[in-house]
Amino acid sequence: MTIGAEYTTVDQAREMGLSADEFDRICERLGRIPNLTELGIFSAMWSEHCSYKSSRRWLKTLPTSGEQVIHGPGENAGVVDIGDGMAAVFKIESHNHPSFIEPYQGAATGVGGILRDVFTMGARPVALLNALRFGAPDHALTRHLVSGVVSGIGGYGNCVGIPTIGGETHFDASYNQNILVNAMAVGLAKADRIFLSAASGVGNPVIYIGAKTGRDGIHGATMASAEFSEEDMSKRPTVQVGDPFAGKLLMEASLELMASDAVVSIQDMGAAGLTSSSVEMSSKGGLGMEINLDQVPVREKGMTPYEIMLSESQERMLVVLKPDATERAQAIFDKWDLDFAVIGKVTDTGYLVLTAQDVIVADLPLDPLVNDAPEYDRPHEATPTLSPIDNLSLVQDMPLSHALKAMLGSHFLASRRWVYEQYDRHVMADTVIESGGDAALVRVHGTNRGLAVTTDCTQRYVLADPYQGAMQAVAEAYRNITATGAKPLATTNNLNFGNPEKSAIMGQIVGSIKGMGAACSALNVPVVSGNVSLYNETDGQAIAPAPVIGMIGVIPNIKDAITIALKQAGETLYIIGQSQDAADGWLSNSVYAHVIAYNDTASAPPPVDLGSEQKHGEYIRHLITHHLVSAVHDIGDGGALSALVEMAMAGNIGVNLTLEADQMTHGWAFGEDQGRYLVASTDPTALEAAAARYDVNIQKIAMTSDDRQLKLGSNDIISIEELNSVYENWLPELMGSKDK
Amino acid sequence: MANVAVISFPGSNCDRDIMTAVKYITGTEPAQYWHKETSMDKHDLVILPGGFSFGDYLRCGAIAARSPIMDEVMEHVWRGGYVLGICNGFQILTEAGILPGTLMRNKQLQFVCRDVMLTIQHTESNAILAECKEQMQLQIPVAHNEGNYFADPDTLKKMADKGQIAVTYTNTGAENYNPNGAINDIAGVTSENGRVLGLMPHPERKAEDIHGGNDGRLLLASIIEAAS
Repeated sequence: MTIGAEYTTVDQAREMGLSADEFDRICERLGRIPNLTELGIFSAMWSEHCSYKSSRRWLKTLPTSGEQVIHGPGENAGVVDIGDGMAAVFKIESHNHPSFIEPYQGAATGVGGILRDVFTMGARPVALLNALRFGAPDHALTRHLVSGVVSGIGGYGNCVGIPTIGGETHFDASYNQNILVNAMAVGLAKADRIFLSAASGVGNPVIYIGAKTGRDGIHGATMASAEFSEEDMSKRPTVQVGDPFAGKLLMEASLELMASDAVVSIQDMGAAGLTSSSVEMSSKGGLGMEINLDQVPVREKGMTPYEIMLSESQERMLVVLKPDATERAQAIFDKWDLDFAVIGKVTDTGYLVLTAQDVIVADLPLDPLVNDAPEYDRPHEATPTLSPIDNLSLVQDMPLSHALKAMLGSHFLASRRWVYEQYDRHVMADTVIESGGDAALVRVHGTNRGLAVTTDCTQRYVLADPYQGAMQAVAEAYRNITATGAKPLATTNNLNFGNPEKSAIMGQIVGSIKGMGAACSALNVPVVSGNVSLYNETDGQAIAPAPVIGMIGVIPNIKDAITIALKQAGETLYIIGQSQDAADGWLSNSVYAHVIAYNDTASAPPPVDLGSEQKHGEYIRHLITHHLVSAVHDIGDGGALSALVEMAMAGNIGVNLTLEADQMTHGWAFGEDQGRYLVASTDPTALEAAAARYDVNIQKIAMTSDDRQLKLGSNDIISIEELNSVYENWLPELMGSKDK
Repeated sequence: MANVAVISFPGSNCDRDIMTAVKYITGTEPAQYWHKETSMDKHDLVILPGGFSFGDYLRCGAIAARSPIMDEVMEHVWRGGYVLGICNGFQILTEAGILPGTLMRNKQLQFVCRDVMLTIQHTESNAILAECKEQMQLQIPVAHNEGNYFADPDTLKKMADKGQIAVTYTNTGAENYNPNGAINDIAGVTSENGRVLGLMPHPERKAEDIHGGNDGRLLLASIIEAAS
């Protein structure tokens, strides 16, 4: 047998991101030295991105099952039962490095990739979300990156016609040279019509559909698994180029194909392109596959087998068809004017065999490719426990309204309207609650059911305490879903960290996964899909760790759903999860500490109590379904007073605080204690009675008024309009679309 | 009730939305045509939906305007039929020469998606708006990258004289009441015979109570009624 051309060396392996040990391991498993194409395939499959070799040991500890789970991790996306015979299919994925090099295309293809992960399972995508992290607002690259990433996300999602309705955008100097762009997609399918990727049926045709293969994104999965340096800006050619129009056609054609009963299994060509799709489909089926590379539609002549296998050209899928279905499938792709080619067949050999010009160019056993990737138990050093900073050393002598204005006009809290107005939030005409509040909510088309979706992570908490910080991310997502009236159902995660070969970073990873696992178990929101993005470092400087949580929840009737906006004068405002005599709050590591006290010292974040999170969540859902509240908002960054103002601005309604002056300390106003909500009630008596039954502490703090002012005391009054203008102007001013 | 048809181009992404809204109003599912079709039954109202036909490549609406089905749409127009083009549908109508003017890139060079206030005018001279109240104010969202309407001064004058400037962004006093820099605050225009309307905002996105407003339904119902 001819295995095309010359042997490779350990140096070539190193260039592809493999260690010398890993190269030896490959040679040993093969019983020979691999050729270039084979080595490329191994390096992609064994990259951190595809094999999770540093994180797998810890990911296994996450809770992944529950009666709502149909498919947990291991498929293209997680699948959860949402009732009425319907399933939600969702996942979050990072596109960090490409987005730093080429922000528009990097972000756009991130969206395209996550959409394919969802529709490849037979689900129609219905919502897009994201989690973005940029450098310091005044860093030279920040405006360029914000502008490119936001228009890239919009450019893809708007064109495909999926509403982008949720997300978060944060700024921190640790992302100056390594931004984070995480995209999440949520789709809907009939629970009994989910498509998986495992190949079956020896002899069944393997077809290639979608766009042609070009020389873009070659070895992207490996790039995503390496540290970054200045010279990597020259890696622009490894960034894929997206074509949302082709993506839209591919989505429609694939959904039509799956509805036509022609498909055995299907997988998108995402990271590591044709390599990962062919390897995963055949290995999951316990079979083999033969592919004739001459049949692969290519954009240019003379592409080598290595290039074809490692290309990450976008908008492509690999499908195993039923034996008699080729003509039917061809007709669908003709209708949509997309490439369609039979490129191989399913075999029972357990090998992936590639031919080009009648020569075998790769002949690889699947088992070692998939199962023998090294799994590392990397040394990990727990992040040292920090003490909280005492409120006395943080509190500044100024009126509450002054502190409030400064915080609302800071990068932590300012309105993200400039971002989300560039996203189509209404296409599909099922949007019930859009960006700008807690979770977003879409109707399950043709029903009264609603799907609530959110992404969350407070990286400064995680940096200070990975365990508590990751728990907080889950708890906040849980509260955001709850605040709409929906019941949280399941989670997807995107673990963004630095170099796992450093024990301190590995310690952050381990701590975060433990905290996330504890929270997901306690709150019954199993992790059904996810993505790991490591090596987020530039020239040795790691990012603030960001284990981003994406969560979905369900509300049986969208008519019960609720927003954060205050609705009318004369309603009573309560803090849920706080007693009537509460005075001081947790200011350590808060927005107040950073913005008002100029204290950027890493210090203990507020602790999370999972028992009360759940209890308060159930109480809030009771209040909403029994129509005892007209507005609900989670209390997060910036504390109770910031949350209160967000509610007032959203409804353009005034608020009179009714507490005694000595109770309204800065700690009370801006403390970031967890497990709390703000609610506006039309029926205080029933609300208080229910609080006693649910054993939940509540604090009556204010009344809504019709004068559009925030009255914090007899001498501290500020108009909602003034607050709104500092809140709304910060980002447009930063981006230069508004004069200071 | 009017007999309604919706045309789908590759890249249309509001076809399902407008069909849902029409069915919500009339109780009847509209007919749907694919861009490659070369014949069309008789309909009272033909709707070109929003989206990114052919990826907005070349120019928005330029390729769709040359699709086979557009011959049928043209014939429908010559027969005096009613046509509503929403967003990308409006762009297709200008590219096909059915409506005057053109839609350029938004002044701020960014996609914009938000609610705007609209004024409906010249309802007497435009048959398609005959069921609307003159100076009616409607709150309906826009979502586009190329909604910056432009026509040369002569054309604008002719249009104004004939009452073809039928929908404008209402000057609410807010600095960005006009979301895209459109000349004379133009949000929608009609054909000379008053039976074809191109509209940048999306009425189908304010068609049900869950959308947080009914103004889109009001406008669509009036148009369907007028075409009946």
